[in-house]
Amino acid sequence: MIRFVSIRLVEIAVTLALMSFVIYGLIGLMPGDPIDLMRSSDPRASAADVARLKAAYGLNRPLGERYLAWAGAAFAGDLGYSRLFSEPVLSAIRPRLVNSLLLMGAGFTLALLLALLLGIAAARRPNSRLDRIVNLLCFAGVSMPSFWLALLVILLFSVELRWLPASGIATAGRGDLADRLKHLVLPVATLTLINLGPYTRFVRAAMRDALTRDHIRTARAKGASEARVVMHHALRPALIPLVTILALSCGNLVSGALVTETMYSYPGMGKLIFDAVMGNDYNLALATLLLATAVTMGANLAADVAYCCLDPRVSLR
Amino acid sequence: MKLPLVLLCLLAAASFGAPLAAAVLGVDARSVDLLDRVADPSLQHPLGTDELGRDVLLRLLEGGRVSLAVGGAAALASAVLGTIIGLAAGYVGGWTDRVLMRLTDGVIALPLLALLIVLAALDLGKLGLPREFIQSEEVSVFRIIALATLVGWTTTARLVRGGTLIARSQDYVRAAQSLGASTVHVLRWHVLPNVVGPLLVATALSVGDIILLESVLSFLGLGIQPPMASWGNMLTNAQELIESAPLLAIYPGVMIFVTVICCNMFADALHKRLDPRQAAGA
Repeated sequence: MIRFVSIRLVEIAVTLALMSFVIYGLIGLMPGDPIDLMRSSDPRASAADVARLKAAYGLNRPLGERYLAWAGAAFAGDLGYSRLFSEPVLSAIRPRLVNSLLLMGAGFTLALLLALLLGIAAARRPNSRLDRIVNLLCFAGVSMPSFWLALLVILLFSVELRWLPASGIATAGRGDLADRLKHLVLPVATLTLINLGPYTRFVRAAMRDALTRDHIRTARAKGASEARVVMHHALRPALIPLVTILALSCGNLVSGALVTETMYSYPGMGKLIFDAVMGNDYNLALATLLLATAVTMGANLAADVAYCCLDPRVSLR
Repeated sequence: MKLPLVLLCLLAAASFGAPLAAAVLGVDARSVDLLDRVADPSLQHPLGTDELGRDVLLRLLEGGRVSLAVGGAAALASAVLGTIIGLAAGYVGGWTDRVLMRLTDGVIALPLLALLIVLAALDLGKLGLPREFIQSEEVSVFRIIALATLVGWTTTARLVRGGTLIARSQDYVRAAQSLGASTVHVLRWHVLPNVVGPLLVATALSVGDIILLESVLSFLGLGIQPPMASWGNMLTNAQELIESAPLLAIYPGVMIFVTVICCNMFADALHKRLDPRQAAGA
């Protein structure tokens, strides 16, 4: 176990180092370059100024050398300055990470609870009317483009009914708790709906499988109540595969809500990554993408370990 | 099984037949009419016009052409790539298998949408591709197909590897090997037929996912570039116009939704047909 985890940790570290180089290289391949941007905003800048600036920022050195300089600084905790927000990268990330965790946490919990409810109810009576409706809803859920769902929600609740705000996290000048919660409703609802389809599908399949096992028949034969059969004998083993979903969602905590956050102008990590990439903010893009990768891989490792703890039959090599 | 397939065929026929019909009727999906913007439905424009006075119905059909072509081409390309990787990993085994499967797991464990945004924003000129290719209109289509293939092969690779591992130790494969059949022959005639069913299902299932990916990237402005229409980029401006022209935000989304749900239902029906034993449990 300890051996397995340490090997995986080394693997994650190697992958991260590799990814940081790849992303570093890729970002250099995006259109525009910061010095050209400075130059186009200042018509008096001459070719000599440009050359001097490039030398000052080290942009005239080869890629490998620049990468090593960045990696050295990053390792020492200096991720550089964000061009878009005019502050250190870390302080630009922190508040947005909190916002994202709030949004994703709420959306994830709600979706999971609803999925358990719908999935169990459907799995108990296969091919009943309820089962078929839930199945259809699952198909609809996984086939729905997330940005369009957000558009529809905005159209209905903000434009037509004018019940709830469609962007930001607070009204300018306010920002008390009630106002903030109001701004959370639509993004959280959208995210819940997006996650509901795949989760319900998963719970339904796992429960259906669990309910056909021999030990369920034994439990019924012994006279266990229906509630005990479903909640104790079937749900517990069916929940184990859910750990995988849980882990993948944790990985998405950092970047997964990109579309939802962008649609609602919600200042979270997903929108931050998008803005950083689109705005040529190299330092910020690099740091956020690496953070997202690290969290995703860490969550996958956690899932493997949790799997092993929950199911004694699974052993880690 | 029938309804989704019929709907998909109708959609394909309408989308790919649209240029012909448009030429006969003398209308054009790209013709801009600034005096006739956001018009209500009329005989001339059955679904009205968009914010530049272009015919919405014709643009929807052009978008369908793009989405279906991208979905089909990228699904096929991912299936081919995934099959090759899966066969190599499963049949050769050893270090090849270990390296290829670590790579597969690695790709699955990445925050893909975020990384795709970087890849979609790359300046192709800095990659040294020829200028006339970069400036051609189709370049955004090829880029999307390449991106979808890059992330889409993993499921197929795992499936094919699993099937290959089982087939490799079967007597008939050993028999073929001992008779001196070449590796390619064994793979093609003795191993591949074992995995064809799941392969077809996975490919059909991936079409819908690819169409969703294409639409979200196009929506964010990183996929299909205007003036070429796609269902995703038709929605880009819809958010600003949502107060004045809400219907413009409805049509393209309905098209994506219906197409993807048809693909998924078709794949599901295919799954039940090809593998009734497994499908009964799911």
